[in-house]
Amino acid sequence: MTSEEAPAAREIAVVAFAQTDHRRSTEESSEVEMLMPVLHEVLAQTGLRAADIGFTCSGSSDYLAGRAFSFTLALDGVGAWPPISESHVEMDGAWALYEAWTKLLTGDADTALVYSYGKSSPGSVRDVLTRQLDPYYVAPLWPDSIALAALQAQALIDAGHTDEPALAAVGARSRADATANPHAQLKGQLPYGGYVVRPLRTGDCPPVGDGAAAVILAAGERARELCERPAWIRGIDHRIEAHALGVRDLTDSPSTRLAAKKAGAFERPVDTAELHAPFTAQEVILRRALRLGDDVRVNPSGGALAANPVMAAGLVRIGEAAARIHRGDSGRALAHATSGPCLQQNLVAVLEGDPR
Amino acid sequence: MPEVLQAPLVVEFPFTRSLGPVQSAFLTGLRERVVLGVKTGDGRTLVPPVEYDPVTAEEIRDLVEVAPAGTVTTWAWNHEPRRGQPLGTPFAWVLVRLDGADTALLHALDAPGPDAVRTGMRVRVRWAEERTGAITDIACFEPYDGEPGQPGRHTGEFEDPLTGIVAPARLDYTYSPGRAQTAYIQALSEQRTVGERCPSCRKVYVPPRGACPTCGVATAEQVEVGPRGTVTTFCIVNIKARNLDIEVPYVYAHIALDGADLALHARIGGIPYDQVRMGLRVEPVWTEGSRYPDHYRPTGEPDADYETYKELL
Repeated sequence: MTSEEAPAAREIAVVAFAQTDHRRSTEESSEVEMLMPVLHEVLAQTGLRAADIGFTCSGSSDYLAGRAFSFTLALDGVGAWPPISESHVEMDGAWALYEAWTKLLTGDADTALVYSYGKSSPGSVRDVLTRQLDPYYVAPLWPDSIALAALQAQALIDAGHTDEPALAAVGARSRADATANPHAQLKGQLPYGGYVVRPLRTGDCPPVGDGAAAVILAAGERARELCERPAWIRGIDHRIEAHALGVRDLTDSPSTRLAAKKAGAFERPVDTAELHAPFTAQEVILRRALRLGDDVRVNPSGGALAANPVMAAGLVRIGEAAARIHRGDSGRALAHATSGPCLQQNLVAVLEGDPR
Repeated sequence: MPEVLQAPLVVEFPFTRSLGPVQSAFLTGLRERVVLGVKTGDGRTLVPPVEYDPVTAEEIRDLVEVAPAGTVTTWAWNHEPRRGQPLGTPFAWVLVRLDGADTALLHALDAPGPDAVRTGMRVRVRWAEERTGAITDIACFEPYDGEPGQPGRHTGEFEDPLTGIVAPARLDYTYSPGRAQTAYIQALSEQRTVGERCPSCRKVYVPPRGACPTCGVATAEQVEVGPRGTVTTFCIVNIKARNLDIEVPYVYAHIALDGADLALHARIGGIPYDQVRMGLRVEPVWTEGSRYPDHYRPTGEPDADYETYKELL
């Protein structure tokens, strides 16, 4: 190959996925104690040892547990001696997976371990998330995460795209689907509950909980060696919108649509979509932005309404979509992750299994 | 297993933030009861104003005054106000497009109940009595059925513009150190030091964190170490820490407790600071009721041979 020739893009796949049982509180465990079983499980699925991994990337946020540099302590669970190639994003693990994917594309590594975790139980996640807002104009008002999602839900109702019974149905369907998910935190029939911030009721909001997830990525033939039916990442892209809520059309998600287009999601239909929609109204917005018809199985895991470990819930969406392909339940799946208030940042990945 | 320890933890920080020209004009304007927006290249007026067009990324500086009255574009009823929020009584969160603006501002609306609020309703600014140049100079919005607001002609030039704000933040947590560190802390309260042995490499970690950082496996086997140990390396501290009642200079050292494969750190006392040395044998000194050793002092034993601790430096 001469330097003028662009190398063919490597095929990269999710070959393993593991997650904790997501729970309201894991106070008996430190972050690394919560994370470590998941790391061991995902490695065991492939037979890899930590020393075999080419690149490690993680996602988490110190603000959740109120501990500075907590991700460096979590590295104890990886086995970082002798020295490893490692990176961290202060974001959901879905973005750590994006970084690992680019690393594998460069050819510098053939395998990557991606993990993320979040313990929301030590603090108040509604208050913690206010610290990601504009510090001049918005954060001093302390609008909590549910309040901002409620503004978005009301805008959606006013626009005629949904109503409160339809939102309740989204929550009920998610928790009903979650009964088949042994890791889910909220499952089965639950009371819809009163308003938290109107128009959002308890049933429209995600549970607060602790949890962790990990996936292993592998390139080309390595992926086929490690997994019977790899979930090939056909495309992945992430986009961001203006931070100021009053600038955006809260009833739409143009960043999701653009990320999906760049990831190739519209080239052929998908059969499954794992959407990171912590609030019921956000699923309505994402379905429209992604043009998902009723024939697409949305959030068979129960989604973020059944378990929303902050910083891991997006990576869990990619893992759940990949696991369905591994099992043969899906041929082509879309996975979505979000971050920031009212779907500010969005990542879309398209996964496919080999034809069978 | 004993109960895992818990303790309240408050993280509090006053961020001092400098303001750009547009933010400075907007927040100074609020102090003077003037609401300013900024014009984009294609003629839109953004309120609250920003320094760069969110669509084109073009730098924008053209300040214009907008009216202190406007229209609710979306809302949410907050029946349980939380700490720090604009009103202590139930209120509506609102995005308000002020007359003359093309974008909406987030704030609170004082209204008797959710039935009194709807998208499209007219509202106006209620100013805070004391204003300092902050978004909270708008106390909240209130319902308004008067004439459409007439913007003034303020250009954003002020005699005494703000250059910065202090943004305090406070988050409350319940800290829990997890299983391994709880066991360590509880042993300390009995004046014992326990580590954990890695089942794979057999090293004993002190303090234990529940995982061997080399092997990446869980540790569980408790091992009592010390109480005596060896200074592996040290430094001389010459600057007095605030709120710390220790005379300087003093010595802070890494100490390999007998039986441990990792050095922990502590202050050395009972010996002049300039006589502390690598290899010095030390033991903990506990004070009444304390949950950890106050400091370590020489045992009087001969110094340890370098070969016995060189792997622990």
